[in-house]
Order: sequence, then structure tokens, then C-alpha cells
Amino acid sequence: MEAKTLFDKIWDAHAVKQIKDGPSVLYIDRHLIHEVTSPVAFLGLKKRGLKVFRPDKTTATPDHNVPTENQHLSIIDELSRHQVEMLKKNCAEHGIVYHDLQSEGHGIVHIIGPELGLTQPGMTIVCGDSHTSTHGAFGAIAFGIGTSEVEMVLASQCIMQPKPKKMRITVNGVLNEGVTAKDIALYIISQISTSGGTGHFIEYAGTAIASLSMEGRMTLCNLSIESGARGGMIAPDDITINYVKGRKYAPEGEDWNKAVEAWKELKSDEGAVFDTEYTFDAAEIEPMITYGTNPGMGIGISKTIPTTDGMTGSDKATFEKSLQYMGYKAGESMKGKTVDYVFLGSCTNGRIEDFRAFTEFVKNRKKAPNVIAWLVPGSKHVEYQIREEGLVQILEAAGFELRQPGCSACLAMNDDKIPEGKYAVSSSNRNFEGRQGPGARTLLASPLTVAAAALTGKVTDPRELM
Amino acid sequence: MAYDKFSIITSPAVPLPIENVDTDQIIPARFLKAVERKGFGDNLFRDWRYNKDGSPKADFPLNDPNFSGKILVGGKNFGSGSSREHAAWAIYDYGFRVVVSSFFADIFKGNALNNGLLPVVVSPGFLQKIFDATENDPNTTFEVNLEKQTFTISATGESTDFEINPYKKHCLQNGLDDIDYLVEMKDEIEAFEAER
Ligand code: SF4
Repeated sequence: MEAKTLFDKIWDAHAVKQIKDGPSVLYIDRHLIHEVTSPVAFLGLKKRGLKVFRPDKTTATPDHNVPTENQHLSIIDELSRHQVEMLKKNCAEHGIVYHDLQSEGHGIVHIIGPELGLTQPGMTIVCGDSHTSTHGAFGAIAFGIGTSEVEMVLASQCIMQPKPKKMRITVNGVLNEGVTAKDIALYIISQISTSGGTGHFIEYAGTAIASLSMEGRMTLCNLSIESGARGGMIAPDDITINYVKGRKYAPEGEDWNKAVEAWKELKSDEGAVFDTEYTFDAAEIEPMITYGTNPGMGIGISKTIPTTDGMTGSDKATFEKSLQYMGYKAGESMKGKTVDYVFLGSCTNGRIEDFRAFTEFVKNRKKAPNVIAWLVPGSKHVEYQIREEGLVQILEAAGFELRQPGCSACLAMNDDKIPEGKYAVSSSNRNFEGRQGPGARTLLASPLTVAAAALTGKVTDPRELM
Repeated sequence: MAYDKFSIITSPAVPLPIENVDTDQIIPARFLKAVERKGFGDNLFRDWRYNKDGSPKADFPLNDPNFSGKILVGGKNFGSGSSREHAAWAIYDYGFRVVVSSFFADIFKGNALNNGLLPVVVSPGFLQKIFDATENDPNTTFEVNLEKQTFTISATGESTDFEINPYKKHCLQNGLDDIDYLVEMKDEIEAFEAER
């Protein structure tokens, strides 16, 4: 038998048909929707006179533009309110489960999927949001789609997809102190660039990856898209299975045993061929920080911003434009740079483990007075856990307060906008110009580096405070 | 969604010689609150195109009266970032029918094709020739021939082939979309479900 990759196994099991000289028709097991990329898809269905084909396979929640304060009140921004109301109405009309603001299942789509056990190994999972790649951490094929494709899934539970190429990224060794999954991801992107993964689906492997918790794996897979890849995945193991067990939508009883048996087969066969392979050494990775306007512009926090030596033409111009936007100079150190805001949250680092790490770090210390800190749990469930575990008291004693769940300053569609020209050390995923508000300057980093910046008011190597 | 059938387009081009043009620049997130797909062209490249007071920035190519046309030419790695289809809608709504670059982000490319916007990949060398041609003469035209899969600089006759998936080509030429196709497949999909 031909040796297959993990990706091939799942893909082949979901290919309904291969169109001649065209894409495959791929069956979708789980579809997640939110308020921003779904209304036009529902409008399209209506125009065609169609009903949702398999409403039980779609789950909805509003996350992108919801306020993170006073969620019990009506949303003040009229357009945001309208989008959220449309989602609710569309779900009611088509029989789709909807997790409303304030309810137990509410949160960022990519956080609630795994929490509710909707995300399981071996599945195909899509959502109109590029960070759907998060769910690949469970050994699923998960990727972001456009609104036309949301409409396809609603209408037929299928989408058209050309089969991507396969890449394996192996990270072996033991992680250094203060280095997290976020640093692995930023390190990989800094090495292969923001287009290095284009056309590919990544499988992460190696001992450093296997040592990560489920939360860490989600962070890593979440950022796959920032290397240009459609998604990233990790073969399921005991850590995965233990995480899924007992969750609301996880299989039970005999179904559970059967599922686990099938999941154990989900790995790349010995000798399976990848189109592209990279291998990295965990020992090389230190806490990372970005200095520019794409996630590939990251460096180890003890290093200096690259110089333009050897760059020419548009590469050089693009690099200079980016540094100009950031107000930095080539060759400078990032340590000691002013920080005005910190943001802990998003589908990249808004899970309970991130809040535990942050809280542990700031315990018995004080937030720097010049820093405004936004701590936004990824879901209602994470918020409950923070309270239940007593983290909130520790945070408050250190001068921090907790907001309510949503995407918040990750894309600044709500009021959580970093003001023009200000610097934010952020646990989110994109440092594009204006991503966190018009003119805002974003430095991407791990929750630990965010915590270190919050305490000192400057870019600080978290290891110096450990 | 219905869009215009695509055959041959002959038009001048608007050059945007910037690399890694991401979806947050194409259409900033704060303009994604609409529930219909109309009017996004007004906010295309919003923060590069307008000052804070709403006045146009004179040096941005879209505001340069010398440049016009249905072809947008961008630097490499165009469309990286979000899966939001609004980026493709905004470019289409503004009036572009073709985007040229030496490299596109995957999701953007798929979204463009699903919305009647043709992404044309050319070599970095040819891309430079296109930029040079528009710089020398903003009115110079280019011919995009979908049938023959060629992109030609009209003034010099220099031409390059581009690739497109045959199925997607057929859809573009006929203004068809995938949803019609999938809905017709209903029986096959049900049979697939029953077999699992
Ligand atoms: S947190 Fe950010 S990246 Fe994640 S779903 Fe929300 S907007 Fe997208």
C-alpha cells in the first residue's frame, strides 16, 4: 500500500468527487460561522431559494465585532448590532445552534469549537476566518474560507478545493525556558517568510511539538496561515484524546471507543512523501518579538532589527516602508522600546493556559503605570475558569482588570482600538498596518513577553524577570 | 453570485508597486460591518488612499488622475492575511476585473476567482516590465485574453502566458459559480453521506 500523509488520509476520506481538470468536491464535517462573513452567504441562499442543507453541522457565535464591556447591554454601534442580530435571525430561521453573547458557549469561534468538543481528530472543519487553521491541532483538516464558500457549505455541506501541496515542519529538542508555542510559530515564520507556506498544508512533527499541550498546539496551528499555508495540523495522540474526552459534543460510550480507535490511525505513514520539508532545532528558539508590519518580521528578543545590507529593489523599499511605519531603525535593539498598550487575548493566545501563564508571571508584581492593558478571555468558558481558579484576584492585585470575551483588539472592529502611533505588545496574530486600529503599531509576542512589557512599560525579555 | 462573463479585456493599468499588500490594507476591518456585498469599492485601500480628514492622498496611485483602468498591478505576495472575501469584492466593486502580481496568497486567489476577478500571475521580470510600461506612459494598455491565457503589453507586443485551472476558466468565461454545481450534486452528496 502506498504510504500516505495524515493530510492525505483525511482528505481522501472526504473527497466526494474529483472534477476533471478541476478542484475536488470536499465534504465538510464542521462549519463554524460568525457575524461578519456569513450575512452575505445567507442572503445568497435566500436569492436562490435554498434552505441550509445540514443545519446540525453548522455552529454560530458572534465574536468579531462585539464589545468587551457591558455585554448585557444592547450593542451601541448600530452596524455591529445589526450584524449580530442578522446572525441570530439567520440561525433561528435555518435551525442552526447559536451561542449568544453572555451565554455559556459564547466566545471566539476557534476557542469554542475545541471547548465544546465540536473539533475532533479526522474531521474537515471550515469557517469564514483564516485562523480556522487552529483546529488542525487536533489532527483535523481545518482552514479558512471566503463568503462564497460559506454559502457553498450552507447549501451543500461541501466546498470546491484544489488539493494543496504538503509540507512537514519538524521541530526537535527541548524548548528553552521562557519559550512558548507562540515563539515557535513566530520563529518558523521568520525563517520561511509569510509566503513560505503558500500552496501548502503543513504537518508539524518532532519531539518539541509532541511536548506541547493542546493549548500550545492550537497556538502553533493558528499561526500556520501567517506563513501563507492554508492550514497546519498535528497528529492526534493521548494529549489530544484526553482533551476531547467528556466534552459536550464528544462521542460517548461505544461511539467513543470506536472513535479513539480510528483516531489512533491518524498519522503519516512511514515513508510518506512531503513536497517540502523543514527541520528546526528547539534549542535555537528564544522568546520572539516582531519589529515590522508582517508576522514574518520577527527576531529573537536579544537580537537586533536586521539591516538592509544585501537587500535591493522592492524588497528594500518594502522593508524600509515597514520600519518607517513602526518608527524603528534598522540595526536597533528591540529591548527597552516604549510600550503604551498590551493585549492578551485572541484565538492565538486567549485560552486558559495563556491566562494562567500571564497571571503566574505578574503575581505579586505591579503593572507599569504608563501601560494600558486589555485582558480579553477567548470565551465565556475561559472567563469562568479565570474566576474559578482565583486568577482574577491575582490580576486585580497587580493592577489588571478582565474584559468580556470576543476578538477585541485583534482586529479592532469593536471599540478596542489602539490609538494612532501608539505601540502595543500583543498576543494576537497580525501586525499589519492599522490592524489594531488606524495608525496603531503592533509588536507580536507570547503571553510571557506581553506580561513582561506590562510590568516594565518597555519591551523586555521575559527571562530577565523569571 | 452572478458576475460579468469574462473574455478579453484591453485597458490601461493602475500600478501599486508594493509587496505583501495584505487584506487589512485592501479593506480595513472597520468597514466590514455591512450585511450586503455592495459599496466596498469606496473603502478600497482606505487608509492608504485617504487622509484622516477624508481628503484623498495625492500620491496614492488610485488618486492619481493619470492612472485608470480595469487592471490592478501589485507587488509580490498580494492579498496575504485574512480570508475575508470583502477584499475581492472591494477590488471588483471599484471596477477592476484583473489583478496582476508575481505571487498571490492562496485564499485571496480563490476568493477572487469566485467573484469574477481574474488573478494573473506573471514572472517577477514581466511584472517589472508592466510597472515600467505604466510609468513611462500611464495610458499604455494591456490585453488580457482569458481564452488564450495571455497577458500582453499592447505597445511593445510583449506577451506572457498565465495559468488558470480549466474548471475555473470555464466558470469565469460563462459567469457560472460553484454553488449551482454543488446544489445539482445533491444526490451524490447524500449517497456519500449514507456510505460513511
Ligand atoms: S481573534 Fe482575531 S484572528 Fe481570531 S477569529 Fe477573531 S479576529 Fe480572527
